[in-house]
Amino acid sequence: MSPQKDAASSLRVGVLQFPGSNCDADCVDALRRHFQIEATLVWHQDTKLPKLDAVIVPGGFSFGDYLRSGALAAHAPVMQDVKRFSEKGGAVLGICNGFQILVESKILPGILLHNLSQTFICKTVHLKDQSGNVLTMPIAHGEGRFYIDKKDLAALTDEGMIAYQYSSLAGEVDEASNPNGSVSNIAGIYSKNKKVLGMMPHPERATDVAMGGSKDGLVVLRNFIERI
Amino acid sequence: MEFEVLVQLKSEVLDPEGRAIQEVLKLQGVAGVSGVTVAKRYLVTLDATCKNPEATIQDVASRYLANPVAQVYQVKRLHP
Repeated sequence: MSPQKDAASSLRVGVLQFPGSNCDADCVDALRRHFQIEATLVWHQDTKLPKLDAVIVPGGFSFGDYLRSGALAAHAPVMQDVKRFSEKGGAVLGICNGFQILVESKILPGILLHNLSQTFICKTVHLKDQSGNVLTMPIAHGEGRFYIDKKDLAALTDEGMIAYQYSSLAGEVDEASNPNGSVSNIAGIYSKNKKVLGMMPHPERATDVAMGGSKDGLVVLRNFIERI
Repeated sequence: MEFEVLVQLKSEVLDPEGRAIQEVLKLQGVAGVSGVTVAKRYLVTLDATCKNPEATIQDVASRYLANPVAQVYQVKRLHP
């Protein structure tokens, strides 16, 4: 076991659970298996988070995706404390429905609209990170078209908040590699202080070759853990 | 009392469902259709325990039913 993993194992990470969450166990498993972190599950009706170093808002179909994806979960009691936690500089990772919940609760800017194709898309995509690395992992969503107006998009760009963009395997960020019509191919964004990350692709589903070939999700999770 | 809240995308946000319907109408030979916009209609009933119905329905519409990042809404009172 590496010293880095030893250090990580003392971290306290909470994984939220809403009615309809279905990636919560995957997140807990990925943290345990690859980072020796025993995550705590936190129920959506809890008004106060336990003492934590980081929060993960997992994917799924919280509250049946009614109203808009993530819109009802954004008003769950626990999210008030997640908002306070993030405002104090706490690290938060929202994946897929978790990203939708973070934008609906205004912890991150923008909104996630129905895919341009109006269909649920489940496939493997490539992502380019801020260093130019290309990662491969799956997406599975019906409402993943990231939208923000031009002024706020410029602010996102200027502040270095665009974390991941859909790209080709060669790293070209072009229309052909944009699966859902997101503005500027945006697949994931940071908060201004880089402590909050929201992304539509599923890093927790790309942590073992047995899951379909890519382990690039570990890169995302490791980066997140290192920023805590 | 009953209120109707109509929520739709802002005009500058692409509405792929509306565009697809418009395209099909054009293919079907329906003349003169210059735009189709899809909206969601919510009917909200408030009872006598609601002290300020007008303020309440505005709050429900702006904070829950519509997301101002990409959507606009209209409120109409249907029944007193």
